[in-house]
Parts: sequence; C-alpha cells; structure tokens
Amino acid sequence: MSAMLETSGLTMRFGGVVAVDRVDVKIHEGELRCLIGPNGAGKSTFFKCLTGQYKPTSGTVHLREHDVTGWDSFAIARLGVGIKTQVPSVFDGLTVRDSVLIAARRRYGAILARKRTDEVLGRIGIEDIAGKPVGLLSHGSRQLVELATVVASEPDLIILDEPTAGMTAEETARTAALIRQLNERHAIVVVEHDMQFIRSIAKTVTVFHQGRVLIEDKVDVVLNDPVVRDVYLGKEPIRAAVGRVAA
Amino acid sequence: MNAALKTTWGPIALAALAALAVCWFLPATLELFALINATVFVSMAILALSLALVWGYGGILCFGQAAFFGLGGYTYAVAAINFGDTTGAVPLAILVPAGFALLLGYFLFYGRISDVYLGVITLTVTLILFKFINSTASDIWTIGTAPLGGFNGIPMTPPLNFPGDMTAMLMPDQIFVLAVIGLFLCYAIAKLILASHFGRVVVAVKENELRAELLGYDVRLYKLIIFTVGGAMAGLAGMFFANCVFVSPTMFSLSYSGQIIIWVIVGGLGTLVGPVIGCILLQMLTNWAGTLEVIDPNLVLGAILVIAVLLLPKGLLPTITGLIRRGDRS
Repeated sequence: MSAMLETSGLTMRFGGVVAVDRVDVKIHEGELRCLIGPNGAGKSTFFKCLTGQYKPTSGTVHLREHDVTGWDSFAIARLGVGIKTQVPSVFDGLTVRDSVLIAARRRYGAILARKRTDEVLGRIGIEDIAGKPVGLLSHGSRQLVELATVVASEPDLIILDEPTAGMTAEETARTAALIRQLNERHAIVVVEHDMQFIRSIAKTVTVFHQGRVLIEDKVDVVLNDPVVRDVYLGKEPIRAAVGRVAA
Repeated sequence: MNAALKTTWGPIALAALAALAVCWFLPATLELFALINATVFVSMAILALSLALVWGYGGILCFGQAAFFGLGGYTYAVAAINFGDTTGAVPLAILVPAGFALLLGYFLFYGRISDVYLGVITLTVTLILFKFINSTASDIWTIGTAPLGGFNGIPMTPPLNFPGDMTAMLMPDQIFVLAVIGLFLCYAIAKLILASHFGRVVVAVKENELRAELLGYDVRLYKLIIFTVGGAMAGLAGMFFANCVFVSPTMFSLSYSGQIIIWVIVGGLGTLVGPVIGCILLQMLTNWAGTLEVIDPNLVLGAILVIAVLLLPKGLLPTITGLIRRGDRS
C-alpha cells in the first residue's frame, strides 16, 4: 500500500512551547486511523497543521504526490480532503440542504450536485431536517450536518477532529456506524479521546504524548500497553471518581 | 424552478413595475427642483444598495463606501470635462471606483485583515481621500483641463448628454428616469448574483468563513469580487449624484460614510430593498427636518438610528415582513 498522507519531521512551535515535535505519520489509501492522546498532547495542533489552519514551523506534509506543507486550507480541501473541526463549523443562517448543496457544488455541476445532496442527506440520516436552518438545530444534529457537508464533495480522505464531542450516547453510536460505513469509500483520520468510541471503530491507533508519537499499533495492542495506560488511561479512575461525586 | 421564480424573478419583475410606475408618475407631477431632489435620492438609494450587498450579504462592514461614491463622481466630472462628451465618462465612473475597490480589497482580503480593522481601514481611506481632495485648491491640481477645485469641488460638472452627441444634453426628467433605471439594474444584478452559485458561496462565507474555506472555497476571492461589485455600484451612484448637484469633497465625508450605514441598519441588514427604502425615507425626513430650521438634521438622524436599533433591531423591512407573516398564520 502506498502512503496517501505522510508527515515527516512535522514540528509546530508556539514561542517556547513545542506543541508538535518531529512527528512522522503515514496514512495509507483506504485506511481508518485514530489519533488519540491526553489533553495537550498536540492532537489538535497536528490536525491544524494537516489541514492548513496552521503553517508548521518545520517538517513536511505530503498528500499523495503533492507537498502541501504551508498550503492554504481551501487548496488542501481541493485535493480531495474533507475536514471536520472540533466545534461544529456550519452555516447557521442556511438550511441543512443549502449547506450540503454548497459543499457538493464545489466539485459537481448544478444537477449532479443536487442529486448528490439528496443522497448524502439520506446517507447521514438527516433528510427529515433538510429544510431547517442549521442555527436552530441541536449540537448533535449540527455535528451530523457538518459531517454531511464534509462528505458531500466525495473526498478521498476525511479528517475528523473529535466527531463525537458533545453527542449523546445514541448519536455517538450512530456516528461510529457512520464512520465505519464511510470508511468503505474514504480513507479516514479521526482525532478523538472518547475511548469507548475508539474501541468501537479503530483498527490502527496512533497515540500522541507531549507532542510526539508515543506508539502506533493495532487497537488492542495499544489499549493494553502499560505506558499508554499510564499517560492516558491512567486518568480513567479519576474521571470515574468525578462522575460519582457529580452524581 | 418554482423557488427561483419566487425568490429572484418575482422580485425583479416587481421592481421593474415599481421603476416603471415611478418613471411614469414622478416626472409628470413633480416640479423641477423636487425632481432633481428625487434624482439625488435615487442616486443615494443606489449607494445604499451597494452597501446592502457588500455588508448584508458579503458580511464586509465597509465604512468607506463613500470613497467609491466620491471617486465615481470625481471620475465622471473630470472625464466629462476633458472629453467634452459624457459617453466615455459614465463607464469610467464605474470602472475607476471598481478598480480602486479591487486594489484596496486585494490588500484587505489577501492580507487577511480581520473585520474590525477592515472597518477602520476603509474609513481611514475615505478620510484620506477627503483630506486630499480638500487640499487640491491650487492650479497645479488640474487633471487635463479639469481643475479639482479643492474645497469648492467642480461646480461646472457637466450633465449627461445623449450618447455620442455632446450637444444633446439630457433634461432633468430624463436623468431622473436614467437614475431609476440604474437603480433597477443594480437591484436586478444583485438579485441575480445572489441566486447564482457564486452568490450562495458569498453568503456562505459570511455565515462561516472557516467552513467555506475547509470546503475548498478561496474565501478571499469571493470577498474581493463582491467588494468590487459594490465599489462599481457606488461609483454609478456617485455619477448620478454628480449630475444633480456637482462634485465636492463632501462626497468623501464622514457624514456620508456614516449615513450609508444608518440607511442599511434602519432599512434592514440582510435585505436589498430595505436599505433602499430606509435611504429614501431618511433622506426625506432629514430634508424636511432641515427646512424646519429648528433642529439639526444630523441630530434627528442620530435619534432615529438609536430608536431603530432599540425598537426594530432587525430593521424596517424584516420587521414588517415578519408582522405580515405572523398575521397570515393567525
């Protein structure tokens, strides 16, 4: 398998802080890859370097045969990359259908885009709210609308930053099923820290810690690794305790 | 198809009817002075429309729409005096402000200037032009045969003539009709732009710049184009204004820049017709307040702005259409 997305020595500094430190990651065609790590591990910064929202301090990002290091987001998106941000980034003033149509229309002509829009609305399961303004929807629905706009232009690679943030358990399960289904056609990179979710979708997992790649392996190997437990899963008991206090 | 008829062609047809009615009715009933005044209102309405498009749909709060307005007026006056014929001066009065908007917009949008600074910079550019034009009183500030005239402006701004025939000057009623046609065309063009894919992307960029960018749209380009279209329309407005009054530095003044924004807010941001109505109503009101000589018209305008923002935060037109819709439902 050839690498579809490859970073080498990717580094991002903010003043004295090295948020991403010489990261080498390879994503293959058709792969489903999860990036996990505790808060502040550099996942989101890495995500923003991949998607052109940050210009990396050094290192390179290759997308197939293109060196896209420092490219603008729109140019990266035009190469066939769908990008979903952590906080749903949607068009509040437009209807769900118009939002998806605008996304589809970037790649397809008017008639084809309309067909594609209907298909995507069905695939994501939001036809019933197609006529509603996005601004009036619940947080979970907004996440799905954003996902629909991301998928609409049929990208080869989809990069999702915390797709289940703020979702109900049911919505999370639906999203997991959706991601597995999307993976039949698209390569997917998911940045997450919901472990339940990771377990349900992941094949290969890359763990970030303090800006570096700690380990990269099959999901069960990673989740049983003692070092990973220390830096990441070690927080589980604390969270459980907090949950008990809150309850 | 049905939706396009309802949201685009229907309103354009209605606007055409309204324009026809106004062209039929007003020149026959108004006296000369009132008709020239009406032409001024129409030119201002074009100016309001230009900002309605740039701000209301493009999300670009341009505090310097008066800059393009003034440039349009001055370009027209200078070109008309030099050519002796206004046929070539009219397209120039549109192209020069559009070109200036393109240049200014290039630095603003490709430099990724944030919204607040965009307002500050556009306002400053207008004031720089105001200061500059004010200081052109001496004879060295002459373009061809046209002296810029500093504070006094160009009192001998020639009125439009029949295209290609410089001896056949248009009468005030003909200029009025032309201005109404100009307003209608600007409205129709704006409507068609908004109905196109380009226009939808412009609105999407206003809604969420990041999302539009992540979907693969170069937001800088879309903003630049809509900003340039707005500059062209404001230039046309300046050309008509120059025809009824004459060009002077006040076209670039702070009070104009501020007024345009008030028209749009009072009329209804995010609509095209609202700012046009707001502009004409407020012009009539401030004119009337001026004739009373009891109170400063600017004070009246300020009071109206405050009241409108407090009582009709969405503006006149959206409030009225909202009431009608609520009435339908009950």
